[in-house]
Amino acid sequence: MKLELQGITKKFGDFTANDAIDLVVSPGKVHALLGENGAGKSTLMNVLFGLYDADGGQILLDGEPTVFSDPGDAMDAGIGMVHQHFMLVPVFTVAESLMLGHEDVKGPAKLLNLDAARDKVKELSERFGFHIDPDAIIEDLSVGAQQRVEIIKALSRDAKVLILDEPTAVLTPQETDELLEIVGQLRDSGTAVVLITHKLREVKAIADDITVIRRGKVVGTASPSDSQEELASLMVGRSVSMAVDKEPAEPGDAALTVDGLSVVDEETDITLLDNVSFELRAGEVLAVAGVQGNGQTELAEAILGLTKTDAGSVTLDGERLTGRSIRSVLDAGVGFVPEDRTEDGVVADFTIINNLILDLYDRAPYSKRGSLQPSVLRENADTQVENFDVRTTSIDALTGSLSGGNQQKVVLARELSRDLKLLIASQPTRGLDVGSIEFVHKRIIEERDKGVAVLVVSSELDEVYALADRIAVMYHGKIVDIVSPDTDRDTLGLMMAGAHSKEEVA
Amino acid sequence: MSEQPVTQTPPEAPEPEAPRRDWGTAWRHVVESSGLVVAMAILAALLIAGLLVIIVDPAVQDAAKYFFAQPADFFKAAWDALWSVYSAIFQGAVVNLDSSTFAGTIRPFTQTLTQATPLIFAGLGLGIGFRAGMFNIGAQGQLLIGATLGAYIGFAWDLPFPLHLVLAILGCAVGGAIWGFIPGILKAKTGAHEVIVTIMLNYIALNLVAWLLSLDAFKVNDVQSNPKSPLVETSAQYPLLLGGNFNLHWGFVLALVCAWGVWWLMERSTLGFEIRAAGANARAARTAGMSVTKTTILVMTIAGALAGLAGSTFVLGTEKALTDATGGTVGFDAITVALLGRSRPVGTVFAAILFGGLQAAGPTLQTQADLRPDIIFVIQALVVLFIAAPPLVRTMFRLPVPAHEKVVAA
Amino acid sequence: MSAPVVEPDALAHPESGEGRKRPRSYKGPIALGVIALVALVGLGFFTSSDTETTFSFAKNSDFFTIPDLTVPSLMAVIVLTVIALLLAVYSLVLATNHRKPGIWLPVVYGIAIIGALLTTAGAGRDNTSIQFTSLLTSSLFLAVPLVFGALAGTICERSGIVNIAIEGQLLAGAFLAALVGSMAGNAYIGMVVAPLAGAAVGAILAVFATKYWVDQIVVGVVLNLLVLGLTGFFFNTVMSDNPNLNQSLNMQSIDIPVLSSIPIIGPVLFQQNLLVYILYVTVIVTQIMLFKSRWGLRVRAVGEHPKAADTVGIKVNRTRLRNTILGGAVAGLGGAFFTVASGLAFGNNMSAGKGYIALAAMILGRWSPRGALVAALLFGFADALRVQLGIIGSDIPSEFLAMTPYLATILAVAGLVGHSRAPAAENIPYKK
Repeated sequence: MKLELQGITKKFGDFTANDAIDLVVSPGKVHALLGENGAGKSTLMNVLFGLYDADGGQILLDGEPTVFSDPGDAMDAGIGMVHQHFMLVPVFTVAESLMLGHEDVKGPAKLLNLDAARDKVKELSERFGFHIDPDAIIEDLSVGAQQRVEIIKALSRDAKVLILDEPTAVLTPQETDELLEIVGQLRDSGTAVVLITHKLREVKAIADDITVIRRGKVVGTASPSDSQEELASLMVGRSVSMAVDKEPAEPGDAALTVDGLSVVDEETDITLLDNVSFELRAGEVLAVAGVQGNGQTELAEAILGLTKTDAGSVTLDGERLTGRSIRSVLDAGVGFVPEDRTEDGVVADFTIINNLILDLYDRAPYSKRGSLQPSVLRENADTQVENFDVRTTSIDALTGSLSGGNQQKVVLARELSRDLKLLIASQPTRGLDVGSIEFVHKRIIEERDKGVAVLVVSSELDEVYALADRIAVMYHGKIVDIVSPDTDRDTLGLMMAGAHSKEEVA
Repeated sequence: MSEQPVTQTPPEAPEPEAPRRDWGTAWRHVVESSGLVVAMAILAALLIAGLLVIIVDPAVQDAAKYFFAQPADFFKAAWDALWSVYSAIFQGAVVNLDSSTFAGTIRPFTQTLTQATPLIFAGLGLGIGFRAGMFNIGAQGQLLIGATLGAYIGFAWDLPFPLHLVLAILGCAVGGAIWGFIPGILKAKTGAHEVIVTIMLNYIALNLVAWLLSLDAFKVNDVQSNPKSPLVETSAQYPLLLGGNFNLHWGFVLALVCAWGVWWLMERSTLGFEIRAAGANARAARTAGMSVTKTTILVMTIAGALAGLAGSTFVLGTEKALTDATGGTVGFDAITVALLGRSRPVGTVFAAILFGGLQAAGPTLQTQADLRPDIIFVIQALVVLFIAAPPLVRTMFRLPVPAHEKVVAA
Repeated sequence: MSAPVVEPDALAHPESGEGRKRPRSYKGPIALGVIALVALVGLGFFTSSDTETTFSFAKNSDFFTIPDLTVPSLMAVIVLTVIALLLAVYSLVLATNHRKPGIWLPVVYGIAIIGALLTTAGAGRDNTSIQFTSLLTSSLFLAVPLVFGALAGTICERSGIVNIAIEGQLLAGAFLAALVGSMAGNAYIGMVVAPLAGAAVGAILAVFATKYWVDQIVVGVVLNLLVLGLTGFFFNTVMSDNPNLNQSLNMQSIDIPVLSSIPIIGPVLFQQNLLVYILYVTVIVTQIMLFKSRWGLRVRAVGEHPKAADTVGIKVNRTRLRNTILGGAVAGLGGAFFTVASGLAFGNNMSAGKGYIALAAMILGRWSPRGALVAALLFGFADALRVQLGIIGSDIPSEFLAMTPYLATILAVAGLVGHSRAPAAENIPYKK
């Protein structure tokens, strides 16, 4: 089945997310849709999938104009989609997830025919070597397995066109390779695959055609044989280097000492952080690399005191932080940029003024004797918005109305407005546009140069390379090794999958 | 991150134009304001209530039978019914124009303020809870326990005037605070849902008070049929504010002081900052070093104390004794007060006066329009329902949609 | 080190479920232990040592007569509460090993505690005995509005709409049943129309929740007030002007042949009126439909992850609208209990907070029809017990007995069901 999009336009208020986009996807081909975060890729696919109504343009299937009023129509027409955030009900079994929306029923009472769904899971899972138990509960499955359930879901409905939205964001390099292999298998069996991604290596590895979009518009097509640099500059609109201008670090004495830190989930007894030890010196950036879910989050949260530790200790400049309240850890000179800024970093319903003092409100000069000082708060907000280039109409605007990049600047402005000894930044640029990424990276390096010890947690290798003076790789709650930033990608990739020794890998 | 253009502003989005000051804009500000929505919601509720009264009015029903012969009769009967209701509400809640004395004329409004007093207290407490993200249905129980402790101090202890009153008021606050502390600590420590716990505590409080009233300590004498405590000593009663002709007592002033106090707490104090942060995003509050456990417990305790003070207006103010019906439906009415007042102290005071007025009109509704106070529940419920859904009110009255809501709707 | 050491589990297939351990929770065992201790001390205190308690089980209609049971009061109380205490300890042991007791444990535990309570209550009453069978009969009967209400809540909340308006739906159903039943002079017609009133309240809730995105708890509370006002208004005007619009009607109890003659079970389950039999069917049908049917699968998906449901073409808001109306109808039917099914005319605020108790039953029952039934029966039992002890007289103040179910609910939500999860998308409007 050949799928064509002609002149698709989608607006949100005054914002044009998709501007007259054309795209042709042919059977037996992998078509990569390449673009940065926020370029409008997912919006386009949601229009195609019937989740959004387009404001203009049309969709053609084998040359016939088609209108999808909802995802059910799209699926009936043979379009399957694996969303970036999986569309699986956590409490359902795999078989139930497979049925949802097009349930097979049996018997006089028309009850669910779960046996048929189980057989289907087994059949598809065998055909592609997935090893999925039809009776497993979704929330008990690993992320990679959940993604396979999504693929089975699409295949079980005879999808002729399969859309994969940022499918590798949550996978290890090895899992990514497996996925790309599956995609190749699907292509060979005649499925048209749309791969939405911003990762150039994947595009080069698997794509047959490439369409690049930027700020909602198609800016060109490319061939997989083009170089990464060419693709990148097409994607972001100018030639970019991810590298940050920075002087070599001049590390001082050990500032942060983590010794034998362990975290065990209280309820499930699963070890999340396993006897982690390292030293971080003042004026140096230690980047913690690893696939999401290997203990990095817990490490950052355990240092701050958000997560209860079961063993080990954290000391900062000789002061023991373990066992203290979050408040007193912050007071000891720790700045924290949380991984999930909308959930943990800002209060969306608070004004920018208030978010800028979220952990400073009870200190002078922001408050006196338990009473906030409104004029001081406003002055502070004016200064910070200026210094950190927060794009907003007013300091009275609700923080939730800001773009992700500007919210992150608010968090950063707040955390850096204290005298820090240690800055912990988890996924500091996730979901940000290139401009904001550069800004955030610059600020982090500035802190390092001021002599602050910086711990960056990132699952983006590009970011790790851009910032790190040393790289710690985590796998299954342990630090596999701490290596220098000269280590090549393949080696890091293997370490992220648990391979121990850098020397031997190289 | 998925792309969510609805909330994302493109990085180089142009600054929105500064609002032009012309009359068209000014008018649009008025009709788009929430104040107008509130007024329209009240109007709509009164209209619907009027409609109900017309439907059940016997004279109207009679006239409807020969509507096509003499439609004028029907409209006259309908108008009479409407007039009797609205004038009864006005005369019972605002001023009584039929009275010959000044005191008689303004008496209804002082009644309104008296009725509003417990609603202010309890509404303030519930409002703090709402802003902290907690739905406290337990004002009824907190009020009762507070009233019990306050009343006991009031009738059992023998102390001179100001001291006795102060201690009795504190007793009310402490009693309510204890009853609010329980769901607070249970929520903070075990995650028990406060809606369920407070509902249950209401029933427990009712039974506890019923049992206490059966004890000798709480009986006036042994041969009493109605469960009622002894009268509270005069030294523990709120003094009257406007002299013996009016029921309005100093509890009203205390309520206004509390409103100011709650405003300061929520808007100016660091504690209020924590409470608001914990309510709006508990995870972010925790990450910023605040103790959500502490705010949860404190908020419920403060709300309980304020509900307890609402109880004081009965046992130390209007009724001067404890019964198993003390407080009536104030605990639930206060929910609508807090919702109508949008959980802000000033709004709560005005909402309480509005609903207090409706309740004060109860007796005149009965005598002048032969209606039981049920119609007041209807008005109250409709007002809150309409206010909760501004788009509905705007559709009803064909008001324009404010610019800032259009994007959300898209 | 020689070759790249890739840990074996890195290569293992991650989809095997990873053998996640059952969460370890001590709240349940602690709650059980506390209740058992309180019962041991409290009931032991109220029971004098040299008295006996008699239980009688028989009804005239039985095939054969079960003899009365007489036990020494204090001894029985101590034995029963100690059994309960041991069960609590056993569940604690299981919890440390990440295991959960079977369903038998809470059942046996409950019987022991209730038995102890009854023994205390009936101690030293030489002339009267605990009428066990009629106690159970009235438990079931008093549980009827609670079961319907809790089912209504379950149906709504499984689709992601919080239904605090159960109270209003019950009251509206009671009102309409009385009104229409009186007009028709037939209780059954009243019962048949009762769901309409509940459905109407449900419809308002659904529209405000799905169209105007108003907080569902707020709408629910306000709707309760609205229904209270409206029914009270019509009761005091139209109904009091025309008494023939509000008569006491009755629904005869129907004995199921043969089954109704089984001792204990017969009188309790099969000598009830039509509404109770409808209840049995409703519970069974909802239980099956919710977990085994296409409708149930979709409803649960909408309540847990509406976006996921949307992506497979399920209309989220339409599903919620329908479910809320359906739930309202079920509660409305339950409202018929107060008037036509109890042989009473309508009275102001007849539901008297039962809707809120039903809400608690729904939560205790963990959002399943079967659980709702059990929880509602517990509340019904407490209510029936209070009535019966009021009749035979007891040393325990009746107010304390009346408090027991509420206290039990608090302990339950704080301890036992701490881990039960409400549908994830509850009270979150679905906006595309």
